[in-house]
Amino acid sequence: MGTFDFLLQGLLVAVQPMNLIYALIGVTLGTAVGVLPGIGPALTVALLLPVTYKLDPGGSLIMFAGIYYGGMYGGSTTSILLNTPGESSSIVTALEGNKMARAGRGGPALATAAIGSFVAGLIATLALAFIAPYIVKLALVFGPREYFALMVLAFVTVSSAFGDSTLRGLTSLFIGLTLACIGIDQLTGQTRLSFGVPDLLDGIEVTTLAVAMFAIGETLYIAAQGDRGPDKVEAVKGSVWMSAMDWARSWKPWLRGTAIGFPIGAMPAGGAEIGTFLSYATEKRLTKHPEEFGNGAIEGVAGPEAANNASAAGTLVPLLTLGLPTTATAAIMLAGFQQYGLQPGPLLFATNPQLVWGLIASLLIANFMLLVLNLPLIGLWVKLLTIPKPWLYAGILLFATLGTIGANPSVFELGMLLAFGLLGYVMRVFGYPIAPVVVGLILGPLAEQQLRRALSISQGDITVLFTSPIAAVLLVIAALALIVPLILRARGRGQVLAQLAASED
Amino acid sequence: MKHFFLASILAGALALPAYAADYTIIAPANPGGGWDQTARSLQTVMQQEGISGNVQVQNVPGAGGTIGLAQFASQQKGNPNALLVGGYVMVGAILTNNSPVTLKDVTPIARLTGEYEAIVVPAASEIKTMGDLVEALKKDPGAVSWAGGSAGGTDHIAVGLIAKAAGVDPTKINYIAYSGGGEALAAILGSQVTAGISGYGEFESQVKAGTLRLLAVSSGERLPGIDAPTLKESGLDVVIENWRMVAAAPGLTDEQKAAVSADIEKLAKSAGWQEVLKTKGWQDSYLSGAAFDEQLSKDISATENVLKDIGLVK
Repeated sequence: MGTFDFLLQGLLVAVQPMNLIYALIGVTLGTAVGVLPGIGPALTVALLLPVTYKLDPGGSLIMFAGIYYGGMYGGSTTSILLNTPGESSSIVTALEGNKMARAGRGGPALATAAIGSFVAGLIATLALAFIAPYIVKLALVFGPREYFALMVLAFVTVSSAFGDSTLRGLTSLFIGLTLACIGIDQLTGQTRLSFGVPDLLDGIEVTTLAVAMFAIGETLYIAAQGDRGPDKVEAVKGSVWMSAMDWARSWKPWLRGTAIGFPIGAMPAGGAEIGTFLSYATEKRLTKHPEEFGNGAIEGVAGPEAANNASAAGTLVPLLTLGLPTTATAAIMLAGFQQYGLQPGPLLFATNPQLVWGLIASLLIANFMLLVLNLPLIGLWVKLLTIPKPWLYAGILLFATLGTIGANPSVFELGMLLAFGLLGYVMRVFGYPIAPVVVGLILGPLAEQQLRRALSISQGDITVLFTSPIAAVLLVIAALALIVPLILRARGRGQVLAQLAASED
Repeated sequence: MKHFFLASILAGALALPAYAADYTIIAPANPGGGWDQTARSLQTVMQQEGISGNVQVQNVPGAGGTIGLAQFASQQKGNPNALLVGGYVMVGAILTNNSPVTLKDVTPIARLTGEYEAIVVPAASEIKTMGDLVEALKKDPGAVSWAGGSAGGTDHIAVGLIAKAAGVDPTKINYIAYSGGGEALAAILGSQVTAGISGYGEFESQVKAGTLRLLAVSSGERLPGIDAPTLKESGLDVVIENWRMVAAAPGLTDEQKAAVSADIEKLAKSAGWQEVLKTKGWQDSYLSGAAFDEQLSKDISATENVLKDIGLVK
């Protein structure tokens, strides 16, 4: 049987009514748990995996796919509506999405996230089916020096997302980089900046920091304003659906987000967040409405959300083709596959084609169910914003705290949540952007480890960083991204000066 | 709103300790790792075999398991229904992190599973045998880069032991730590490093597919079904096993300890557990009572020595 026959066969199994119901239950459960801030897809899948054991292999695989995609998607809803990213890969979504929600455009924001996730999931799942073996070869070429170059590119491009003041943005970034140094150094096993506190040995959890900075900091900020604060939140302005303009502005970011997210998800040390950062930076560069960025630009939701979901499918590439679980979520999925006697590895496509294609068909169905579940709910979700402010923010505090305790039952973790919440509040008051702190915490350790690994392998020879073609190309792109805007700005200023001079005549 | 309601119930179930549970198992790691999988397998089998009606698993991640260990020792003192999953990695982590709480502060019950280390090179590598690798190591220890799991973990310790057995200064080894077996495997497959070391299970499918060459395994005898010499056969006197164990809370009475030990023995002998071992590819290394205590203290002192040799413990 050929590829298509297997896929069709898998789809035929998956569209049986009972299996469709399993898929719906899976995405509902996955979304429900994924919505909790602090509880990311990994924990969601770990918690819900036992639910699937009681079913026959086909049914459980389908429900499982639903839980996976549902968990990945769940975080974006709270990001957009409540400025509370449920997981690190939906942090960027909060930047523009929440601004849109406050301007009464929560409906289109949720819709572009849902449809973008669907489009990205569809394309990426098909890519998984047909080009996985080629993608994985590319991913393996990436060694420490190539990753380091990628991180440099990510640093340079996301710095454009740092708001208006470069100094304030960089200050925030360095707070994040400092926080990233806390804990056991991965390469030597020595502790840094932990001051003898055992809870700090593993460093600062990204989700704890993100939830604290975004949700707790925001709540404190709103509460501190009391009744004086302008009631900016407008539940619904215009249609809750996407207008023709929204569609026109969304479809390109969806496709670009997919193209960025899928290969990065497939890289063993890529991580979904990096795809979302790069997608956001790309959209900001390419948009025709630069003035809207920072105030609720739909491209800034559409691109990163597509990248996020595409990288979820990308993660499955090394898992299915090499048996490489590259994320915690993937490691749990591996455990799930083993329940069906599926041993992921290089021979999987040859030895177990039915199950692999069954899984891919299930992912397509789950992706579709996610859309079916979420589009009609958008009207309901945006009503959340009509809840009176004190109730709404009390609820956010409750969920942020519950989610953090649920993920890691520790008093210290809770203390950190509150301390970083205060930091987030202070930074808001003084006008420092929040996102760079989280970006620093995520990218800092990755860049440091890859650089040190590269130098360790080359025994200290620094030229190794530039001699690989891929690394060199990435570094050149990074350099261009840094220099070109400077030149443009300089030239722009020149023109303005020239005009001024001319008008004096 | 329905979702929030549902989510809050689930979160509530997560956040509150379940008093109805017969056993609460603490997995001192994030979901997905070996300890988490062990804890969740214990949960499934204990319920299946009727050893316990209701088993909860709680993840307390951090610092090679020492965070979970410390929390377990202080919060569960005297609780006969609490179990902790741990293993050899914890032995090393206690030493490298200078953890104030050690395995002496809990009640080790039994060793359950074990996995031997495997040394591999990419299929295209010029190194054909363990002898070749040792040769290269002797010539220039820094030029041989090893990819493996976290610093101070079983993989790192094994490389230190290999260097020592080969007469090479263990502080000179070029060990590249990766956060997990998966990331390390990618580096080996991509020929970013000279050699790789990890549990055999991590490499099994690659070795079978011919993309990695298996040079040696760290067991005392040859392993059935695995076509590779032991390190001993290759002239290196090294035997190392990455085992996992289960421990009970401190401050139990002898009767309580005996009851827990009986439950764990019943589990280890059950058909359900044997099935789990088979599907997960874990070796059955069940060892309990005085024999386990003796083995444990032997492992601890050996680990301390090698970590000092590598320079990770002063």
